[in-house]
Order: sequence, then structure tokens, then C-alpha cells
Amino acid sequence: MLDDTDRRILRHLLADPQADNAALAARAGVTAATLWRRLDRLRDRGVLQGTEARIDWRALGYEVQVSLRFTLDKTEPRAFDAFTAAARDVPEVTEIQTFLGSVDIRLSVIARDMAHWQQIWRDRILALPHVTDIEPLMLVATIKDTAELAL
Amino acid sequence: MSVDLDDTDRAILRLLAADATLGAAPIGRAVGLTQPAAWRRIRRLTDAGVIAGRRVVVDRAALGFGVTVFLGVRLAAKGRIDLETFERAVTAIPEVQTVQHVLGRFDYRLRIVARDIPDFERILRRRIMTLPGVGQVEANVVLSEERRPGPLG
Repeated sequence: MLDDTDRRILRHLLADPQADNAALAARAGVTAATLWRRLDRLRDRGVLQGTEARIDWRALGYEVQVSLRFTLDKTEPRAFDAFTAAARDVPEVTEIQTFLGSVDIRLSVIARDMAHWQQIWRDRILALPHVTDIEPLMLVATIKDTAELAL
Repeated sequence: MSVDLDDTDRAILRLLAADATLGAAPIGRAVGLTQPAAWRRIRRLTDAGVIAGRRVVVDRAALGFGVTVFLGVRLAAKGRIDLETFERAVTAIPEVQTVQHVLGRFDYRLRIVARDIPDFERILRRRIMTLPGVGQVEANVVLSEERRPGPLG
């Protein structure tokens, strides 16, 4: 269903989401009209789902980012739903993933500084339901972060 | 130096976080500003580095990448390993989308996108386990994922 031209366009788009259509067409070796048509078709098929702005929380004063790995109480049938609903209510949560593995759920949480982090930890994180274990990983540096695929 | 936001800025950021392709005209209409006023605000947020770029969202499964794995990596003999060598090698692996240096039970967090479980096993054995200094590794396969707007509400 996807041909080499689609893959080439997607590869360049994922590598540089800022590029305008003229630059993207040139890199993918297609005309502007072809690029437009192909992008339209990829959107219609749901392959291209959208373009989001990346927000740099550090620029907004959020210096602390923590990855929290949770194990939930699996004897409680509603554990996942109740936990996820409660996590969505915490404004400082920026990502939620569920897993198959030794970890059940992971949250990305941001805070302004360590005092703010301690407050979120005590008031919001420790109050999340059906948790049997929590393990924090504190972010030191992001070395690589891309949406590129080995297309 | 962090940027101060008012409610209108936060509303603009919420809209752009959902759709970065929105122009100043529709943004202005949504938050009750003229097009030039909306444009100036977007410009200010971009110049201040708050809007740090774009992220294209694709249906990875439709593109043949059915498996996303989060990997915790602990380096083997700490202190004797050159972190830069490890980071350079891990960053060069095309299937690795994210590399974060962390403090805790692991030293690095990786996000890996593979075609399927056998493909992931190949990446793990041939690419990850052969990295310089790699020690304990823990893999968790992503079942679902959602991004939240964060403290913009």
C-alpha cells in the first residue's frame, strides 16, 4: 500500500518536521504537486496523524523531569483504569505509557525544582491508587530524541 | 531565565501542541485575538524557545513498525567506561529513537522501535548487547501511550 515514494517522503518529513513543502519535495525528489497529493493521501489513510508543537518545559521554568515506573496490584481488576484516570488529573504528568513486562505503567512528570518535585511526589504521586512499587529515574540529559523510523 | 505566560499564551500553546500547522488566523479566532496579535505571541513563544520545534505523529503499525520497547540500560564497570563512547554508539543505532541519561536503577533509558518481536530481538542481540560498557538491560514492551498537555491548563 505504501510505495518507495511515500516512504522517502515520510523519511524526510520525520527527519526534519520543520522543513517547508518546497524543501521536502526537493529532498524527496518529487514535484510540489506530487508531494501535496501524497501527503494528503497519507493523511486520509491515517498514516500521517498530525504535527504537534514540541514544548520545551525547561524554557517555562520546569527544570526537573522524572520518569516514574510503577508496578500495580494485579489482584485489583480496576487497577489500570483507576490509576490512569488519577494520573491524568495530575497536571505535571506529560506522558503515560502502559507496558507488557516487569513494569506496568510509566509516567513522565515535570517539576519546577526539587522542592516542587517533593510536593508533587508527596501530594500527588504517593496518592495514586493500587500501586505496589514505584521506581524513579531522574533525567540528567536527553542525548537523542527523534520520531524517525528505519523506513 | 524562564518565560512568564498568561492565560492567552497557555491557550495558544495548547492549540499548537495539538496541531502545530495552525496559522495565526485560526489561532487568533480561537483565543479572541486579531491575526497580527496572535502572530506576535506565537513569534515571542518561538523566540523564547518555548515552542522548540515540531513532532510528526505517524501510525507506526501502519508503516510496519509494530513494536515499541522501552529499555533500561545499566553500564557494567562504572567509572571505567567512557560515557561519550557509549552515547555515540547508541545514538547511531537507527532503531533507537530516544536516549536519555538518567539517575536511578539504570544509567540510560532508550526507546526502540522495531518491526516485530523477532526484529527487536535482533536489535537487542546485535546492536544493544554489543555496545561498549553495556551491563544489565531491562526491556518493557509498550502496549499503549498517551501524551498529556502538561501544566498548561
